[in-house]
Amino acid sequence: MKIHEYQAKELFRKYQIPVPNGKPAFSVDEALTVAKSLSSQGPWVVKAQIHAGGRGKGGGVKVAKTLDEVKNYAQTILGMTLVTHQTGPEGKVVKRLLIEDGCNIASEFYLAVTLDRSTSQWVIMASPAGGMDIEHVAATTPEKIFKEWVNPIVGLRDFQCRSLSAKMGFAGPQSKAFTDILKKLIRLFVESDCSLAEINPLTVTKEGNVLALDAKIDFDENALFRHPSFTELRDQNEEDPSETQAKKFDLSYISLDGNIGCMVNGAGLAMATMDIIKYEGGSPANFLDVGGGATQEKVTEAFKIILSDPKVKAVLVNIFGGIMKCDVIANGIIAAVKQLNLTVPLVVRLEGTNVDLGKKLLNESGLKLETATGMKEAAQKVVAAAGGRK
Amino acid sequence: MSILVDKNTRLIVQGITGQAGAFHTKQCKEYGTQVVGGVTPGKAGENLDGIPIFNSVRDAVDKTRANATMIYVPAPFAADAIIEAADAGIKLIICITEGIPVMDMVGVKHYLKTTQSLLIGPNCPGVITPGECKIGIMPGYIHKPGKIGVVSRSGTLTYEAVHQLSQRGIGQSTCVGIGGDPVQGLSFLDVLKLFNSDPNTEGVIMLGEIGGSAEETAAEYIKSEMKKPVVGFIGGQTAPEGKRMGHAGAIISGGSGKAADKIKALEKAGVSVSMSPATLGETMAKALGR
Repeated sequence: MKIHEYQAKELFRKYQIPVPNGKPAFSVDEALTVAKSLSSQGPWVVKAQIHAGGRGKGGGVKVAKTLDEVKNYAQTILGMTLVTHQTGPEGKVVKRLLIEDGCNIASEFYLAVTLDRSTSQWVIMASPAGGMDIEHVAATTPEKIFKEWVNPIVGLRDFQCRSLSAKMGFAGPQSKAFTDILKKLIRLFVESDCSLAEINPLTVTKEGNVLALDAKIDFDENALFRHPSFTELRDQNEEDPSETQAKKFDLSYISLDGNIGCMVNGAGLAMATMDIIKYEGGSPANFLDVGGGATQEKVTEAFKIILSDPKVKAVLVNIFGGIMKCDVIANGIIAAVKQLNLTVPLVVRLEGTNVDLGKKLLNESGLKLETATGMKEAAQKVVAAAGGRK
Repeated sequence: MSILVDKNTRLIVQGITGQAGAFHTKQCKEYGTQVVGGVTPGKAGENLDGIPIFNSVRDAVDKTRANATMIYVPAPFAADAIIEAADAGIKLIICITEGIPVMDMVGVKHYLKTTQSLLIGPNCPGVITPGECKIGIMPGYIHKPGKIGVVSRSGTLTYEAVHQLSQRGIGQSTCVGIGGDPVQGLSFLDVLKLFNSDPNTEGVIMLGEIGGSAEETAAEYIKSEMKKPVVGFIGGQTAPEGKRMGHAGAIISGGSGKAADKIKALEKAGVSVSMSPATLGETMAKALGR
């Protein structure tokens, strides 16, 4: 679960990781009030709050020298559709701002903690090439990214901090400040069940202070039960409404660009179903895992979510019955289709216990649907129904 | 012969009295698995269809000489259940539970290094040696005893592959679902090594998916060590970057974990990669020269 920069900075403050003074603002008036409550003569920074990087390049971050400028920038940025390399071409509408004291940047660094899946350890990534897109740095100058692995049994050690600090070129009080931030960031990462905690840029000011100018945090959804207060940080505006709706029914849904809706049980088979649609010349409109059960209620909700996407020209249901019997699943599908008055072409592929009975029920239901044997036939039929190979 | 489980495996079930735990315990027993006990704290002395229930794994092991456990304990308590099983000396721990926090699994993973226990999962369908022993939620009847090993990060996609094999008359030695989480017990590499040294396994189907680099690591081993044909499939070729595709571990992030890179690594290692999930059985048959 991603949160906004200003929320991440609140968490940083709790851990005494230094950040600029600042507060969120939801309107132009509020932006002015916040600015006045900060420094008396500026400069201030007006920052768009969306869950995506590259905001500066997209025009979502501005330095204001006067209160008039704060007002002008707040007016421009609030409500604008910000397009960055992480938002996709459709961009995201800005509904929140962060107003902060400006600072005199001398140099910028990158610092992040995440999980290294291959060693099951935490990995710290640090780079003197801060303020830039780190994926770009990794692709063009990988030698500028330094890593230290943290074994969870013994935690982050001083020698690792010294090593990273030296590689960043820090000495004296700055090295001490960097080490302090590093230790606090690891503590925050572990105690808050983060999957990512990132500071880009970590800044050294002309006055010699080290502080986190940006903050990005991603929580492990599976651990939210331990942190009930974090759920308040969720911003529904940042999430696809269909995906949110799906979660309510314990369905896993992700919308895509194509025109063939998919309903599958199991995440692996759901991905494979998208892949075979593409392989047979079509284009999937979504990923949807109805879970192992595939009950009538879940199937009904899944159809509703798939059909709420106007791009959908045909639907493929691919259920591997397994322990659940195909005739039970077939009855669930029939009831859902009748209840929803489905009009788009529907192809159903069932496999597992009582598959013949399941198919018979579907074929004799009087509903306009096609059954298929095997994934290949199912994919070919649904691609044809959606208008043929592209 | 087979790997990990066979007719001599003595299984207990942690979380045996929960709805899913009870249902799948009965299914496993019906298949022929020796289910010798169950654990639910506070329910010692009770039984499930004659299977005795104990308060702790240690009690269960003392009384039943169990050497494997299947875990259905809810996610917040599952890490504890895994550690309890390892602490009691259980050799094979199969954790079905989905949704365990990554932080918990990181701790578990490092703790297990200090023990002799092997972990399968979490968030997995389990392990089956057809005709001998089924530990998990997979439908037993689609399997057929034989000589092909199956290893997968998925559940229903594994059933799909097994079904395609069985329909062609190709049986399976053992099928292992390693699970869809970012931190897990046995990896593709670990299971491939077991299949490689199992005299009854003649070929392996490996079902990978986007996220992480376990398939690439496995490819290096296949290239230099694997003596048996391997058929591969990578799910998520059409998945967008930055989105978690159902499984906690199925995400392309920072440009890594892409299906195309995994397919390339596998092909370089001599794996017959099936681009369509409908031709897994067919590709295996070809690899076996049938």
